[in-house]
Amino acid sequence: MRLKNKIIGGAITSASAVSVILIISIIVIILVVTIIGGKDKISWEFITSFPKEGMMEGGIFPAIYGTALLVIIMSIAAVPFGAITAIYLSEYAHEKSWIAQSIRFAVRTLATVPSIIFGLFGLGFFIQFVGPGMDKWFLGGQLKWAQPNLLWASLTMALLTLPVVIVSVEEAIRTVPRELREASLALGATKWQTIKKVVIPGSISGIMTGTILAVSRGAGEVAPILFTGAAYSLATLPTSVSDQFMNLGYHIYVMSTQSSNVDKTLPIQFATTLVLLMLTFTLNLAAVLIRSSLRRRVK
Amino acid sequence: MNKIMKEVKIVTKDLTLHYGQKMALNSINIQIPEKEVTAFIGPSGCGKSTFLRCLNRMNDLIPSVKITGEIRIDDLDIYQKKIDVVNLRKKIGMVFQKSNPFAKSIFENIAYGPRINGINDKKTLTEIVERSLKNAAIWGEVKDRLQDSALGLSGGQQQRLCIARTLAVEPEIILMDEPASALDPISTGKIEELIFELKKDYTIVIVTHNMQQAARVSDHTAFFYLGELIEHGRTRKIFTTPDKKQTEEYITGRFG
Repeated sequence: MRLKNKIIGGAITSASAVSVILIISIIVIILVVTIIGGKDKISWEFITSFPKEGMMEGGIFPAIYGTALLVIIMSIAAVPFGAITAIYLSEYAHEKSWIAQSIRFAVRTLATVPSIIFGLFGLGFFIQFVGPGMDKWFLGGQLKWAQPNLLWASLTMALLTLPVVIVSVEEAIRTVPRELREASLALGATKWQTIKKVVIPGSISGIMTGTILAVSRGAGEVAPILFTGAAYSLATLPTSVSDQFMNLGYHIYVMSTQSSNVDKTLPIQFATTLVLLMLTFTLNLAAVLIRSSLRRRVK
Repeated sequence: MNKIMKEVKIVTKDLTLHYGQKMALNSINIQIPEKEVTAFIGPSGCGKSTFLRCLNRMNDLIPSVKITGEIRIDDLDIYQKKIDVVNLRKKIGMVFQKSNPFAKSIFENIAYGPRINGINDKKTLTEIVERSLKNAAIWGEVKDRLQDSALGLSGGQQQRLCIARTLAVEPEIILMDEPASALDPISTGKIEELIFELKKDYTIVIVTHNMQQAARVSDHTAFFYLGELIEHGRTRKIFTTPDKKQTEEYITGRFG
């Protein structure tokens, strides 16, 4: 019996060791390969200039710019909507009511839907349904909104990141102590005054964490924007939400599969990957830091 | 008869409260006089805090609570449908067991109540803040750091700040739920002195575990046991010649 325990224990210990080593090596390999491949290419000029020579040379500024616009518009759409949903769920909805339960079910389900499905939904809903309607009613049939653009891509991405926002804001709201709500109510504040002046200020760092996590998710996803607005290559920056845009993740995909000379663009691919990785790592790190300061405060 | 009725601030009639299926208060009938201190004593779980929280309808926040019977404040049934709970709570302040200042400055903590009532004039607010802090006997300790965070104060100071915050709304009744149970003896002494001062202007109901405290600060004492009001009367009488055996046993420390 003792021998059996020893064998099981040993097996579990070595399995854990193997998985730890495996996970760390994957991260290290990704980082090392990307840094080695991209280090000669990456420079201030690379980040700030347009692609040249059919994307064989030059920089990736339009892709960075497009990604930034995408996540900004996405946040403007997803954060208020997600925060309001979270406030409703935690403050107003009765825990057992069918509406709260169906919202929770929908949020959980949304979080597991593959991102390409969001892309297809965006194409079908925004570009083939909402867009043509807008063109017909507002522009007399002139084609403007019934095609991929920045707005539709951002809104599709917003749908994808909504569960992230809802879950983290709700978690943050629940860390606001009941005593503070009671103090406010006992002073004759209404429920909404209490939410506005005590609950939201008390959970602001959680709302920020949620936003950052959503932005980092949105910055890294490609599938939802594939059909809804990302462009292969553009000579100018987008100036309106009805323009198409370039995107870091999509740029990597384009250069590694669609380029006429994939080997020649390899350093650009690595350097672009490095920029994207640094962007999402930084955002996630910021989210972790804010969250840990939030946890400390709760204790 | 009329004269006596005028002095009574709060009257309950057959007040019964259930948490789900469990009965927590059984048919409480009590009269609480105006501008005096009434203490609720009894062992943990006897319903005294639950009863206190009925008086400003704080139990409304708990979905499983069912209340029957009547509570009249100034002869107005506070559980009737037409009652505006928000206005009711402005009239009835509450101080909690654990001091709960907001994560705001000392000034903004006191100004919170006036602000939600629509007072935004800086000069008026400054006056209210100063008056409330003075009445809560904490002005001298904080007057030079009104803009500092209230969370930097000591536990006893935070509790007096919470009392000041309650006074800023100008309530008529102040409910105190074991306000000194987490404090050291010196801070407790300050709170008790404060209660003595406040009863000139306010009707005070205090829940306490500490029988010496009840004896020191209150004019009337109500003894609760297992959700029932066992005995209620002048504090001196309850502590010297109680009518009920249970009261005597609790006070002399034989159980609880």
